[in-house]
Amino acid sequence: MKIAVILYPGTNCEYDSKYAYEMLNQNVELIWHKETKLPQNLDLVVIAGGFSYGDALRSGAIAKFSPITKAIVEYANSGGKVLGICNGFQILLEANLLPGAMKHNKNVHFISKYHHLKVENSENDFLKELKKGDIVNIPISHGEGNYYIDSDALDELYDNNQILLTYCDENGKILNPNGSVDSIAGICNKNRNVFGLMPHPERAMEKLLGSDDGIKMLQGLIS
Amino acid sequence: MKAIVNVGLKEGVLDPAGKAVHHALLALRFSNINGVRIGKQIVIDLDENDEKKAKEDLEKMCEELLANTVIEDYNIEIVK
Repeated sequence: MKIAVILYPGTNCEYDSKYAYEMLNQNVELIWHKETKLPQNLDLVVIAGGFSYGDALRSGAIAKFSPITKAIVEYANSGGKVLGICNGFQILLEANLLPGAMKHNKNVHFISKYHHLKVENSENDFLKELKKGDIVNIPISHGEGNYYIDSDALDELYDNNQILLTYCDENGKILNPNGSVDSIAGICNKNRNVFGLMPHPERAMEKLLGSDDGIKMLQGLIS
Repeated sequence: MKAIVNVGLKEGVLDPAGKAVHHALLALRFSNINGVRIGKQIVIDLDENDEKKAKEDLEKMCEELLANTVIEDYNIEIVK
């Protein structure tokens, strides 16, 4: 399969994402944000993590105006699969491909550590290799991961099974590191082709480095 | 003309940074504070003489970029 990993000025997880998908035997191309078109015959767009434009104004706020973002919005609106990890998730929110917004973490600290996540819905391409209720251990690394959505829009997320992952402890009990509404760590759009999450599955590919739970997550979108 | 745009979290949206500063002020023994909200001030130097046109432009700037209206409010002040 052909995968494009998007690179904005300040992105810093592009090589981890490329490495992760190459480990899964995929053909990965890095795409600079000045490009106006995505490659032909693409199967997946990954917006990698980092600090696009140094998080100026708000995380993801400026990246929304990069030429490639326009192409990604068109790709997503015509049914193409898009995965936004960390800053990629923030960009998808700013670009209105996913609902809600990010605030600074509740404790105002940058949090960088392994965190357990609970699979809330697995009837989608991203998490189909997992089961509802599964618990995975995936690194988080963010200062603005405090997901906010108003209560009407939150109801809609529940009604459409758009909440994919929540923060929890190793037993699956809610453990909210950043203040996110209902401990939400990842969501998808109504059409289930745009996925965003704050944790970094591409950093959980080797047991030796702490966890390989990311493999099943990333595999879903290519199998 | 110059414009001052103030952007802040909407009322009812919890402001983590404001809360942290509130606690710090309490630690400094300023006990008479009900709350602290932190926002951003964006000062824009505009090459425009028509105040009405400037206001319209600024409104668009806020809606499209300067504020995330999901969580933030803004107000615009023209300074001559």
